[in-house]
Amino acid sequence: MQPKTLYDKLWDSHVVQERDDGSALIYIDRHIIHEVTSPQAFEGLRLAGRKPWRVDSILATPDHNVPTTEDERASGLEGIADPVSLIQVKTLDDNCDEYGIVEFKINDPRQGIVHIIGPETGACLPGMTVVCGDSHTATNGALGALAHGIGTSEVEHVLATQCLVSKKMKNMLVEVNGTLGPGVTPKDVILAIIGKIGTDGANGHALEFGGDVFRNMSMEGRMTVCNMAIEAGARAGMVAVDDTTIEYVRGRTYAPKGEDWERAVASWRNLHSDPGAKFDRVVTLRAEDIEPQVSWGTSPEMVGPVGSTVPDPAAETDANKREGIVRALEYMGLEPGQPIKSIKIDRVFIGSCTNARIEDMRAAAQVLKGRRVADSVKQAMVVPGSGAVKAQAEAEGLDKIFLEAGLEWREPGCSMCLAMNADRLGAGEHCASTSNRNFEGRQGYGGRTHLVSPAMAAAAAVAGHFVDVREFVAGEPA
Amino acid sequence: MKSFTQHTGLVAPMDRANVDTDMIIPKQFLKSIKRTGFGKNLFDELRYLDEGQPDQDCTGRPLNPDFELNHSRYQGASILLTRSNFGCGSSREHAPWALDDYGFRCLIAPSFADIFYNNCFKNGILPVVLSEEEVETLFQQMYANEGYQLAVDLAAQTVTTPDGQVFTFEIDNFRKHCLLEGLDDIGLTLEQSDAIKAYEARRREEAPWLFDALTP
Ligand code: SF4
Repeated sequence: MQPKTLYDKLWDSHVVQERDDGSALIYIDRHIIHEVTSPQAFEGLRLAGRKPWRVDSILATPDHNVPTTEDERASGLEGIADPVSLIQVKTLDDNCDEYGIVEFKINDPRQGIVHIIGPETGACLPGMTVVCGDSHTATNGALGALAHGIGTSEVEHVLATQCLVSKKMKNMLVEVNGTLGPGVTPKDVILAIIGKIGTDGANGHALEFGGDVFRNMSMEGRMTVCNMAIEAGARAGMVAVDDTTIEYVRGRTYAPKGEDWERAVASWRNLHSDPGAKFDRVVTLRAEDIEPQVSWGTSPEMVGPVGSTVPDPAAETDANKREGIVRALEYMGLEPGQPIKSIKIDRVFIGSCTNARIEDMRAAAQVLKGRRVADSVKQAMVVPGSGAVKAQAEAEGLDKIFLEAGLEWREPGCSMCLAMNADRLGAGEHCASTSNRNFEGRQGYGGRTHLVSPAMAAAAAVAGHFVDVREFVAGEPA
Repeated sequence: MKSFTQHTGLVAPMDRANVDTDMIIPKQFLKSIKRTGFGKNLFDELRYLDEGQPDQDCTGRPLNPDFELNHSRYQGASILLTRSNFGCGSSREHAPWALDDYGFRCLIAPSFADIFYNNCFKNGILPVVLSEEEVETLFQQMYANEGYQLAVDLAAQTVTTPDGQVFTFEIDNFRKHCLLEGLDDIGLTLEQSDAIKAYEARRREEAPWLFDALTP
């Protein structure tokens, strides 16, 4: 038999029907929905007189619009001050109630960011196809699943038919071998990859992450990496199933039990690329070359090691790229050649579907323990990715560490990752953020985002500017 | 679904690479639960000098005089000429909804982000991929000629300039077919209900845990 990639296997097992024109009908096992991209899909369904095909495949939760302060959340829906946000969240509730869809509502202890609750509850499993009207659905690929974002028309299509009309993507492998240095985290790995291949580097490809670095990485870390596959242009990112995957899934609420569990594990063991499988493109990096990263521009590819300097557009030979750098530096208020470490920060955001899992909380707390947020920093907040993450962090006393260090400890949601709720940057403010996009205005009108790991964000909070967390943990910084 | 066959229209520039969907339609406008009305907020942060709010009347807002789409020569444009990786970032279909509502029927770039590309077809917008050089040529001709129009023919897969130069582009057969006919793809898929049910029955045997109902 022809050796297959992990993506080939996932694709093949979900083909309902191949069509003459090169497209295929692909079956969807799990459909996750949130309040922003689903209302128009339900409306379309109703207008056409259709019904959801398999209600029991759907899991819903509101995340983008929900407020994250304790006070606001205490009053549930009434706590959503913005009437437009409120309508959106209510619309999700109404749609779920009408069709009998399982929804973790605003103050359900299981509520959280869609991409965090899927793996955490076992609703998303290895070998599944998972879709959601949200590009960071790729996070679930860490389980050895085929997971990707879709538009609202496709949300409607999946609701109505349990299928998607797709064309097979190409296969791409990013291999990172070696051992990561201390203080270098999964976030730094994915930022370094995007820095190398660019934000369109994996367009048209399903991206598998392979090599020692991912084999030795925790599930949380793999999720951080797969989450940002989309920032490299890939709709889907994935990591092969191994013992780490299986131990992670074992015992989760919706994971198979008993005899089903044994059968499932036996089938999941095959979810890896076969030796000799053909990739259309392979990119390799050495773990030893990766340093803690900080983005300086307005695209995730505008990123570099913390010890480096902001680039000089004059040194760029490609005219379009040069103009992009000039525009980015102007928006970010940075000078060519300025050391990254000299960038002062106004706010710190530790959260988002990229970095709001328990390990991220621990990594930030480790740096913050016994330290204080610099006086020059206006606000530093930690927003756990889900109710379960919040409870676990509190059980470990991490919330105390954050509060003692002068950070805010919030309720779960997307929060300042895209500032659809009240958490946002002011114009011109610099933010050390553990989120995934540094686009213009993403975290608030005129706001300036620097993408970093949780440990780097925590260190920047204490110093008031970017610092190398490796020096920081060793000794007291100036 | 809206169809696209042929279109001739005024060309406007978005002369930068990596235009993301946050830029095409900023997040505050995603709070709408409708599919329409996004055109006035297309490229909101570039287009206006103040911060836009949902449901706001935009007629009195200060326009950014440096933003090309605000220039009088590009009013009424229906073809957007842009650079590589247009539509990257969020999967929000509000981006094509906003472009469509503004009046764009066709986008031309050296490359598009995958999800955005797909979303365009669902809304009767044709994204045309030409080479970097061809796009550069079109930019130069457009800047040099006020009122510059292009003729786009999906069936023939061509873009024709005012002086008769013809550029051809590639497109998947299935996407082309659906767009030409304006097909309702949900209806088409539902015609295959038996195949879907047969697949489900088989998978239920092989992997029953995939069908364990989620419980509240
Ligand atoms: S945390 Fe940010 S990137 Fe993730 S789903 Fe929410 S808004 Fe999107």
